[in-house]
Amino acid sequence: MIEFQDLHKAFGEKRVLTGMSLLVQDGETLVIIGYSGTGKSVALKHIVGLLHPDAGDVIVDGRRVSTLDREGLTALRQGIGYVFQFAALFDSMTVAENVALGLRRRGLSGEEIEDRVREALALVDLSGTEVRLPAELSGGMRKRVGIARAIALRPRYILYDEPTTGLDPVTSAVMDRLMVRAREQLGVTGVVVTHDMRSAYTVGDRVAMLYEGQIRQVGTVAEIQETEDPVVRQFIEGRPE
Amino acid sequence: MLTPSLNPVIQAIGRRAVAAVEAVGRVGHFLQDLVRAVPDASTWARPAVVQMRRIGVDSLPVALFIAAFTGVVLALQASYTFTGAVPLYFVGTLVGKTMMLELGPVLAGLALAGRVGASMAAELGTMKVTEQVDALETLAYDPQSYLVVPRVLAGTLMFPVIVAFAIAVGIVTGWLTSLVLLDLSTPEFIKGLKIFYRFKDVWFGLFKSATFGCTIALVGCIVGLRTRGGAEGVGRGAMQAVVYSAILILVLDAFWAVVLL
Repeated sequence: MIEFQDLHKAFGEKRVLTGMSLLVQDGETLVIIGYSGTGKSVALKHIVGLLHPDAGDVIVDGRRVSTLDREGLTALRQGIGYVFQFAALFDSMTVAENVALGLRRRGLSGEEIEDRVREALALVDLSGTEVRLPAELSGGMRKRVGIARAIALRPRYILYDEPTTGLDPVTSAVMDRLMVRAREQLGVTGVVVTHDMRSAYTVGDRVAMLYEGQIRQVGTVAEIQETEDPVVRQFIEGRPE
Repeated sequence: MLTPSLNPVIQAIGRRAVAAVEAVGRVGHFLQDLVRAVPDASTWARPAVVQMRRIGVDSLPVALFIAAFTGVVLALQASYTFTGAVPLYFVGTLVGKTMMLELGPVLAGLALAGRVGASMAAELGTMKVTEQVDALETLAYDPQSYLVVPRVLAGTLMFPVIVAFAIAVGIVTGWLTSLVLLDLSTPEFIKGLKIFYRFKDVWFGLFKSATFGCTIALVGCIVGLRTRGGAEGVGRGAMQAVVYSAILILVLDAFWAVVLL
């Protein structure tokens, strides 16, 4: 279980999170929606300790992230996969090396690593791309390698940062299918940050809207679709006024 | 009471002073993290080998090219300066001493500050702005162990090797120049080379180059990992790495001369 407790974060004068509280239940996929620049990715980075909160905290399975030392953070991160907005693949490594890097850290044998890499790439429909470099892949393929890198670790949680941004509708649908597959086949708890409402409705069990640094509303997909909150309505309908 | 027109000046000085203290604090923190990461050899050993090959083998041609021409110029300038007042075999002395004590380490250091320092800052800067450094952390790697320790280690260990080759090449080209253009025989050149030779000449130059290598790598890593703002930030970081490294090399050069000679 992941719990955001009254999370505050500012960068200089800019206050991004101003008391965000939210609970992610085990086994669900929770989608955080919100306008660009509202701090969705900032919230996600607090879960793995990439950012330190000014106040409040994130609690993952009973561990207060901001209080963890380096060893504690390493242990925490071994149970979490993170899919970055632009995949963040290591340019100088092949696809297989990218997927294997986290596994090597966990001390698996060479054979186990090979099996896991093959399995993870098959799950994202990228078998046969092992020896290719990230520069040789399309944007969608890079994001799928990013997902493979995360699921190869067999984590308890996967965090997706804008997984469909910049992709065409068909590739976005492929990404949605992969996220659903990760939950159904691997039983992973997911947190997805996006402003793509079609994707949110497809992959989310629940949807939370982050607005002006706080959670404006959280509910099931049906509840969000039927909301009467004018701010949430405007966002999900994509109305300029 | 300060006049209102002085206030902005005082504020600007204050801001700069705070920024300078913060920068020193950040560097101290960085070095503390670096020391903490050293025992994690299972993480840095593999990338260290890659970095040693990159820094050592790939930088050698540039360093040797510079050293070769420096040797030629040194021999000719020595002969020009002596103008018959000093025996010509002292050309060997000047070429040897200068290459070992100063020009070998410093010229190679300055050239490699551009090549190695800029490339480290640009590589790590690109990794930073494309979230590859964050990705490393989420994969449970410590960026200090995986990225910084290998580079600093490779810089510290490989620079003396490069400089040793550079010194040798500079002396050889100085000798060839003396033979071909100065009418100086090989025994005379060697006599000059040996006349004031001390073993300290060699270790001083190599020790100095190790500190230059360490400094260049540290600056490249610190600047690279603090990069912000996309391609422009990466370019600015690479430029800063070269400038800071060059300045620090010259300061260190003077420092070691005062302390060790």
